[in-house]
Amino acid sequence: MRLSPDEMIFWQHGFLKLNGTIVFTWGLMLVLAIGSKLITRKLSTELKRSRWQNLLEIIVTGIEKQIEDVGLRHPETYIGFLGTLFLFVALASLCTVIPGYEPPTGSLSTTAALALCVLAAVPFFGIEEQGLGGYLKSYVEPTVIMLPFNIISELSRTLALAVRLFGNMMSGTMILAILLTITPFVFPIAMSALGLLTGMVQAYIFSILAAVYIAAATRGRKSRPEPMPDIRA
Amino acid sequence: MDSMTLIAIASIVTAGLTIALGSIGPALGEGRAVATALSSLAQQPDAATTITRTLFVGLAMIESIAIYCFVVSMILIFANPFWNHVIAGAVGK
Repeated sequence: MRLSPDEMIFWQHGFLKLNGTIVFTWGLMLVLAIGSKLITRKLSTELKRSRWQNLLEIIVTGIEKQIEDVGLRHPETYIGFLGTLFLFVALASLCTVIPGYEPPTGSLSTTAALALCVLAAVPFFGIEEQGLGGYLKSYVEPTVIMLPFNIISELSRTLALAVRLFGNMMSGTMILAILLTITPFVFPIAMSALGLLTGMVQAYIFSILAAVYIAAATRGRKSRPEPMPDIRA
Repeated sequence: MDSMTLIAIASIVTAGLTIALGSIGPALGEGRAVATALSSLAQQPDAATTITRTLFVGLAMIESIAIYCFVVSMILIFANPFWNHVIAGAVGK
């Protein structure tokens, strides 16, 4: 019973292994990069535009609106990072309809790498917005006694991000594998659809949580719990 | 009972108990979250998108606790280091 695409070895030379995670990750990267490059070659601002451009516009404006709802002003600064997070995880989950494909996010390496990116991005954007002193000062708010707890909470939410995504993706593929050996007819299709749904939801959750953490860092730690709507709205 | 049997018994029983007990809390929590969300949707239908979005994010956070328990259970069954160590010892003998 395979626990992750790490164990699918495509090619091996000495201790260099080309396993499923690497191959599928690079495949997704190629699809995203080349696809976007091809679609944005001839952008038009007239009323008549290609459907692919429409699709990209829907996606980009949707993500921008979500980022703004979370409370980040100037969503253009953050949409590169947050949008890529969402698109990568969403596409990784969506491609499970292709036979023979295992989502690379079903491996703890990938999700840990994504969570570490978020861990690095939060101080990056925080220092960019508030300056080094302002950002470091936010760790001792509301009192100095909270300093170790703030640090621990940073590390634990990174871990939670990684394990949450890994657990959801891995459990989806594992349940499918188990069901295929027990009732290989209609039920695995229902579970596959459920896996697609949870994959989309987890992609959304991952990027929204990253956005909330960045918003908390760029705004300073005024006690703001999980994504709150704009109260004036 | 030698150590191999003991490790096997402990792993199996713990794996089952982990996922059994670990699903109770998140299930109750998610039920309460959805109930509150439904009642606030009934009170303010025009805030529906915000409420739904916050509900889903909250549900994912609660779900992650159950996912942790599931991951531990899977590790105990499929990637158990103690079992691997004991099996390697038995094969080497």
